[in-house]
Amino acid sequence: MKIRRVGASGLLIECPDADRVEDWRAELWRRRETGELRVTEIVPGALTVLLDGVAPGTEALLTAWEPAPGERRTGGPVVKIPTVFDGADLDSVAALWRVTPDETVRRLTETRLTVAFSGFAPGFAYLRGFPDDWAVPRLDAPRPRVPVGSVALAGGWAGIYPTASPGGWRLVGTTDQTLFDVRREQPALLTPGTRVRLVAK
Amino acid sequence: MITVLRAGPLTTVQDLGRPGWAHLGVPRSGALDAPALGLANRFVGNPDDAAGLETTLLGCTLRFAAPALVAVTGALAAIDVDQRPVERPGGCQLFEVPAGGVVDIGPAIRGVRSYLAVAGGIVVEPVLGSRSTDTLSGLGPDRLTDGAVLPVGTATGAPAVGEPARIGGEFVLGLRRGPRDDWCDLTGLFGTPYTIGPLSNRIGTRLAGTALTRAKAGELPSEGVVLGAVQVPADGRPIVFLADHPTTGGYPVIGVVDDVTPLAQARPGTTVRFRELD
Repeated sequence: MKIRRVGASGLLIECPDADRVEDWRAELWRRRETGELRVTEIVPGALTVLLDGVAPGTEALLTAWEPAPGERRTGGPVVKIPTVFDGADLDSVAALWRVTPDETVRRLTETRLTVAFSGFAPGFAYLRGFPDDWAVPRLDAPRPRVPVGSVALAGGWAGIYPTASPGGWRLVGTTDQTLFDVRREQPALLTPGTRVRLVAK
Repeated sequence: MITVLRAGPLTTVQDLGRPGWAHLGVPRSGALDAPALGLANRFVGNPDDAAGLETTLLGCTLRFAAPALVAVTGALAAIDVDQRPVERPGGCQLFEVPAGGVVDIGPAIRGVRSYLAVAGGIVVEPVLGSRSTDTLSGLGPDRLTDGAVLPVGTATGAPAVGEPARIGGEFVLGLRRGPRDDWCDLTGLFGTPYTIGPLSNRIGTRLAGTALTRAKAGELPSEGVVLGAVQVPADGRPIVFLADHPTTGGYPVIGVVDDVTPLAQARPGTTVRFRELD
């Protein structure tokens, strides 16, 4: 583990892989819950966990808190996302994967996905779980408007657009689930660490 | 109740923002010059986290339905109440507005953003604990438009005094290296003057000047970013992230500015320098 300083009150934990990010995120959320860790933000990234607004001395605590691999990966409930696989780029993903569209949908629905981190827009979750060689490039030119609920792929990630916005990910389907609602106690449907399955509707 | 007669180019409701939601992709938002908003709130007896208005360069014009105690801080601007100029003792305008009175904040003479607080605060519906307009994600109330109506709360506290910050002069930003200072050659950063670019906004200040040479090409895997982060995109021209910054990013952050408040008041074309901290 390497810890980098971020300004006067931030720390960035570097992890060798996404599983370790998940271990650290879960560990730090738990320590915050018990009151051992005082921090304004705990923000997982692809290979890092950022702590923003920490008290002096937190760096030393982190060294002692290093979680055992998988210790906190308890699983938890699986959020199922009913999806209509009618995306405009489903055929291009199938071509990149060198399989039929039906096989593409089978892969998408059979992969166990996990929310790695959020970003881009409130409630937009970067879902991991695909093998590396299923990574697909972004579109050469982003669409000016991707409809709300679009299920899409880019790099090795899957994501679902919580609101209509410009976007360069490849669209494979749509869902009617509400990804982000500020009136809910948990505004985001998909939070870091959540397990997700796409279900054909 | 306040009716917006002239919204100006960008006037928004702002409080201290909504920190604590970055893991869901929610920017912190909030007043860019938070000390100025806090001061205006104290002048009218509001708690520090009450919502006020943040104007941009050209001010705004408002009509108050009921009598109100109002303070304006931040950028220096001429202020009229019913077309009579308000005196400015000590750099802060604190004044009573009669029922039906019209307040005009004129173009900024010095600085960029003025802050208007009204006793009782502006009590639009909070979103995730904050009334701030987030120009990146669209959370919070809409930016002000002509004809919009804003509810005012009930005044509670006793007005207090405070010392307004001086705006202007030389801008020197204290910067701590990291977390990705190994991605750029930073020898040119300290001491070299940079200029505030015209495309700067609430998301970030874009700096024109010597482009930094990248020691590594490409993008990092996305990672969390903080207020004041100095990001270096592919063209080498630094961006300092302000309140509406995205929560994660893939360009290297080579340092973090310890206080972004001066950037809230730095006009395009202003010269800034970096000073290394630690």
